[in-house]
Amino acid sequence: METSIWRALLYLVGIMAFAGLNAAYLGWCERKGAARIQRRIGPCEAGYAGLLQPLADGLKLMSKQLLVPDGVDGIIFRVAPVLAMIPAITSMVVIPFSENIGARAMELSVLLLFALASISMIAILLGGWASGNKYAVISAARSVSQNLAYEIPMLITVITVVLISGSLNLREIAIDQQGGFWHWNIFRLENGHFLTMWISFIIFFICSVAETNRAPFDMAEAESELVAGFMTEYGSMGFGLFMMGEYLNIVVGACLTATLFLGGWDCPFGKTPGVWWFLIKIYILIFTFIWIRWTYPRTQIYRLLNLSWKILIPFSLINLLITAALIKVF
Amino acid sequence: MTVPIHLRHDETFVLNLGPQHPATHGVLRVKLTMDGEYIVKAEPVLGYIHRMHEKLAEAGTFAQFMPNTARMDYLHALAFNHGWALVVEKAAGIEVPERAEYIRVITVELNRIASHLLWWAAFLLDLGGFTPLLYAFDDREKVIDLLERVTGSRLTYCYMRFGGVYNDIDDEFIAGTRDFIKRLRGRMPSLYHDLVTHNIILIKRIKDIGIITPEQCRRYGATGPVARGSGINYDVRKNEPYSVYPEFDFDVPVFDECDSMARYMVRMHEMEQSLRIIEQALDKLPDGPVMGKAPKVLKPEAGYYYSAVETARGSLGHRLICDGGKNPYKLKLRSPTFSNLSLYGEVAEGMLLADALAFMGSLDLVIPEIDR
Repeated sequence: METSIWRALLYLVGIMAFAGLNAAYLGWCERKGAARIQRRIGPCEAGYAGLLQPLADGLKLMSKQLLVPDGVDGIIFRVAPVLAMIPAITSMVVIPFSENIGARAMELSVLLLFALASISMIAILLGGWASGNKYAVISAARSVSQNLAYEIPMLITVITVVLISGSLNLREIAIDQQGGFWHWNIFRLENGHFLTMWISFIIFFICSVAETNRAPFDMAEAESELVAGFMTEYGSMGFGLFMMGEYLNIVVGACLTATLFLGGWDCPFGKTPGVWWFLIKIYILIFTFIWIRWTYPRTQIYRLLNLSWKILIPFSLINLLITAALIKVF
Repeated sequence: MTVPIHLRHDETFVLNLGPQHPATHGVLRVKLTMDGEYIVKAEPVLGYIHRMHEKLAEAGTFAQFMPNTARMDYLHALAFNHGWALVVEKAAGIEVPERAEYIRVITVELNRIASHLLWWAAFLLDLGGFTPLLYAFDDREKVIDLLERVTGSRLTYCYMRFGGVYNDIDDEFIAGTRDFIKRLRGRMPSLYHDLVTHNIILIKRIKDIGIITPEQCRRYGATGPVARGSGINYDVRKNEPYSVYPEFDFDVPVFDECDSMARYMVRMHEMEQSLRIIEQALDKLPDGPVMGKAPKVLKPEAGYYYSAVETARGSLGHRLICDGGKNPYKLKLRSPTFSNLSLYGEVAEGMLLADALAFMGSLDLVIPEIDR
């Protein structure tokens, strides 16, 4: 791999631009999508079809003062939103957008991604804790127990993928699935893997909804119970960074799902693989996230934890066992 | 879902829910003593929108109080209009033409549907489902348009007069109402029940949550859908009939499960029953005047008068004392939500915060009607 400074700079700018655009415009997409689902128009005043709305919102948020409540830990309070945003951007370094586009292809990139994903949970914990608000503290406690519960089945299902591909490198995993949708991990024909992998996919998808704190699992910011949860005391760009971090986590989750299960940049018909297929896949997944959020009511925290501990974890363990057996048999 | 837990009273903290909170639908404040996410004690604190309506009644004439009635329960304002008109007519001995009574029933039932639709929307909002709100408001808008056409206002109606109603209904209103009945009947099974009532998340959230025993209902005087969800078959329209309700064939939905789901189902079925009443009233609508003979200045004989009506939230009683003057001497309202809220503290004890809020939504609170 060439190590010229220009390549590093190009990827730095590229990833920042990709992250920034997504963070800003997924908000717009969500509002437009929600409006479509709810027979409304959505943003339409600022620019054509409200396309300048994210810009206006960003300007408004930036021009406001970050109010730090009295008697809270000022440093932690200010650091938390940044912590929510940085790991999400950093994760994009290891995501293979196509065969030739990808900043770094590390041997343990799957592990790195999950390590970084855990930091956003710490951001929520710190933000909620530092706010000194009861609603925020309840929300922080909820989000920690939720993230702990859902990381376990998520990692177990990832192990099934790793077993099949024999690699912890996202790029290798994607290359392993090239050549049409019957090679993708979710529908993989060889060795009968499709028998278990679609279950892995469903478990992984449910977990990624829960990990990103999206409805119907948005326990941390359940607005009818906890006002705004850990974000209650945040205004201006502190709030903005939390929101952007949330959207970026969704993007990273979608990228991971697409790479692990849907063949990465592979074309379903085995013809023209490329970055466009990767983008199509992640945006379909992101739209599904939005669609689910605006369709279902919220679950309740204990039911959510029960779902993970009593259903998802046993299922994913059995699934792992069967996958391992299949690999051994064939 | 009730998780048996040993509540430690020494490690509690106080959480102020409201008066400004998204789930309290107004300015209700609930002082919660919490142990983690479990509620040890819940105390509703009232009075944030107390406007002395009962005292105001003494300051004006009988007719001058009519607009105030709509400001109390703004969601079922016509039932409050109706209740006030009935008690004053009883006191002053005013006859109401039959057509006027039919029109009263039609508009009150339309308003009841609008109120239940809004409750449905707000309840789902409490549970985190935002989309149903927009669909319920679509249907509610049709009702409001119809009522605006005949009463002149959209929310706080002042439509009833002593001796009748202020405005006759026209053919367009009748045609529009028939269209609405057809529309809601068409949308009810597919949109409301298939998409929401049968949703597994919703069922898990509200089934077996917020159990109110019939004994508690009686002790606190709960009425309306709250009592009917606990198996108490009591509806003022059936048990103490007023107006022309005895002439219509309708059922009182009663569910025995005592939980939030039962209250949900009672309201959903009540909307269908209201549609039935409206349909029959439109079919039987007699001709004639809509205003009876009423004196310009009302001076009822001195005495005690009481009348009750069934609002969307339960039994509303007007206790009127007259001293022979042209102003009421004393008015006392028995408003349904006040009693329905009173049991909140007892039932919410030991619940999870999220469940307690789902339970609060199922009570269908309208705060100005509690505080008056």
